Amino acid sequence: MTKRSRVALRLYVAGDAPNSQLAVERLQAFCAEHLADQYQLEVVDVIREPGRALTDRVLLTPTLVKLAPAPVRTIIGNLGEPVVLARALGVGSF
Amino acid sequence: MSHWVSHHCANGNIWPATRRHHRLGKRKQLSITKSPTGIAGLDEITGGGIPRGRATLITGGPGCGKSVLALQTLVHGARERNEPGIFVAFEESAERIVANAASFGWDLEALQRKKLFFIDAQPSPDVINSGDADLQGLLAALDARAAQMGAKRIVLDSLDVLLSWVGDGSAAQREITRLNEWLLTRDATVLMTARATSSGELPGGALGFLPFMADCVVSLRHHDVEGVSQRSVRIQKYRGSGFAENAFPLIIGANGMQVAGISIAQSSKTASTTRVSTGMADLDAMLAGGYHAGASVLVTGAPGTAKTTLGGAFVESCCARGERALFVSFDSSRAELVRNLASVKVRLGRYVRSGLLRIETRHAAEASAEAHLLDIRTMIEEHNPTALVIDPISALGQQGNEFTAHSVVARLILLAKTQGITVFCTSLLESSGSSTEASRLQISTIADTWIHLTYVVHSGERNRALTVVKSRGTAHSNQVRELVLSSRGVSLEDVYTAEGEVLMGSLRLQREQADTADSARRLAERRRRSLQAAHERADLAARISALQRELALHDGEIAFLQDTERLADEGRSANRMDRIRRRGGGRAT
Repeated sequence: MTKRSRVALRLYVAGDAPNSQLAVERLQAFCAEHLADQYQLEVVDVIREPGRALTDRVLLTPTLVKLAPAPVRTIIGNLGEPVVLARALGVGSF
Repeated sequence: MSHWVSHHCANGNIWPATRRHHRLGKRKQLSITKSPTGIAGLDEITGGGIPRGRATLITGGPGCGKSVLALQTLVHGARERNEPGIFVAFEESAERIVANAASFGWDLEALQRKKLFFIDAQPSPDVINSGDADLQGLLAALDARAAQMGAKRIVLDSLDVLLSWVGDGSAAQREITRLNEWLLTRDATVLMTARATSSGELPGGALGFLPFMADCVVSLRHHDVEGVSQRSVRIQKYRGSGFAENAFPLIIGANGMQVAGISIAQSSKTASTTRVSTGMADLDAMLAGGYHAGASVLVTGAPGTAKTTLGGAFVESCCARGERALFVSFDSSRAELVRNLASVKVRLGRYVRSGLLRIETRHAAEASAEAHLLDIRTMIEEHNPTALVIDPISALGQQGNEFTAHSVVARLILLAKTQGITVFCTSLLESSGSSTEASRLQISTIADTWIHLTYVVHSGERNRALTVVKSRGTAHSNQVRELVLSSRGVSLEDVYTAEGEVLMGSLRLQREQADTADSARRLAERRRRSLQAAHERADLAARISALQRELALHDGEIAFLQDTERLADEGRSANRMDRIRRRGGGRAT
């Protein structure tokens, strides 16, 4: 996570709620496959840090935000569609 | 508790609603307490507000005022009840909500520092939805924020937008269940909004469960009638509480939302036996002292029959006693009204200046009857009058308002009555039997006193006639009187009936003049005869005194003659005695 990388991601989750767990697993699998070491992921648990949800205006979980490279992209949901995810992250030939 | 239950069981099989809730084990409290919304009419029809610590659902089509109702309730809590609030905005951005509410004068900026918090949850347009999501983040954030600021009221605006982000039907259903669980374990008074179809139905699917989840469901509607906006509110359910079931009109006015509820909690004041002057001594006499204080008075008549003048005279007399009065004119401006009435010596200008009298001009077409009613209600609250004149009330029944005007008028009169205000309404009406605006409004059946003014045309003249058609609780005069307006003031004259016709105007004057001449003749005759009698009496007296003098003379004569006779008798007897003495003792002779 501390590696220098081109893609900066932040995933907001609600503890170990099913959708959040699903999103974490799917994202990690996707990144491992398509981004290798070229990404940085921060996971924010809004149950532990509710203030973050307010300041970052993220109220639905899970929510993935691609912070870099521009443009910023936000995906709400458990990332059930790899096509959508790939397009949002600007990955591959999707 | 066990005693309470056995008591009820012993008495029969009636289980109070609160007991049922207890059995389900869902509820923290047994009895309902209410949180006032601060929307006067709404608090009336719900019997005190929305359920405290529970969920209320507000449904309605776009533009019905769901957000306004929710925000106003939140603002009321924060400002007046020391109940800080959180507004979660999904549908519109917080900035836009604050901007929209700026015109209501709620001063949201001052409240936002401590007691009011907006959570801007409106996703930006480029947000992508992929797969199911849930509300856990939101609920965690709400809990944190609510604990931090001690929030008691929470608005979720709107649930349909919120749920559109969590996924398909089963996901939405799951999140609604989650939300329900959350609501049941929190003490917050929650207002949730949900968009309904134009017919007032909630969309099917998961949203259809919302009404079951909420303890109170408030349904809003907005429709057009001939271009006049008509809004209404209806309480669809209220668990554990009674409520007024009908739809009640509402408006969104200068100070926010207002609901025109019929007072169900307020009992009307006891009927007054106090009289208030009509402003015309003659009319007071006809009504056995005046109008009843707190009663409703209807004055009907054709245009120009001096309906407004009667209203003016009434408020003038109120103000003269130092009472406050409100005159709402749908006809003429304040300046025109004051000027026109001054021409018949009804002087209102001084009372307008002193502040006792408030004259407001409105245009009927400006707003719906409901809006006018609420407007008048606000004026009453601000001015606190004892007398209210609506001139003419038939203005409320114009274009697009035919269906609501009757109830508006009824509620206006009820409102005035519950506050002890004597309300004086004028209405255009050609005759007391015709089917025109006033009778369509059915005011005449509601009014306590009904005065009808007509023109009587005779011999090329048009004169005003006044009849008291009815006056509840009053032995009123049945006479038709002539209403005379002049620079000397307003007065009622006796009318003459001749050959079954009412004589007014110059016919009455002729008759009066004829009468005057007649009586002068009679007076002269009386004087002449009285003088003659006096003469005759004096004459007789003189004759009596002459006769008495004559009598006295006769008496004197008689007395003299009697004296003379007595003296002569005495003389004769003395001579005889003398002759006897001279003959020597008499016997020797």
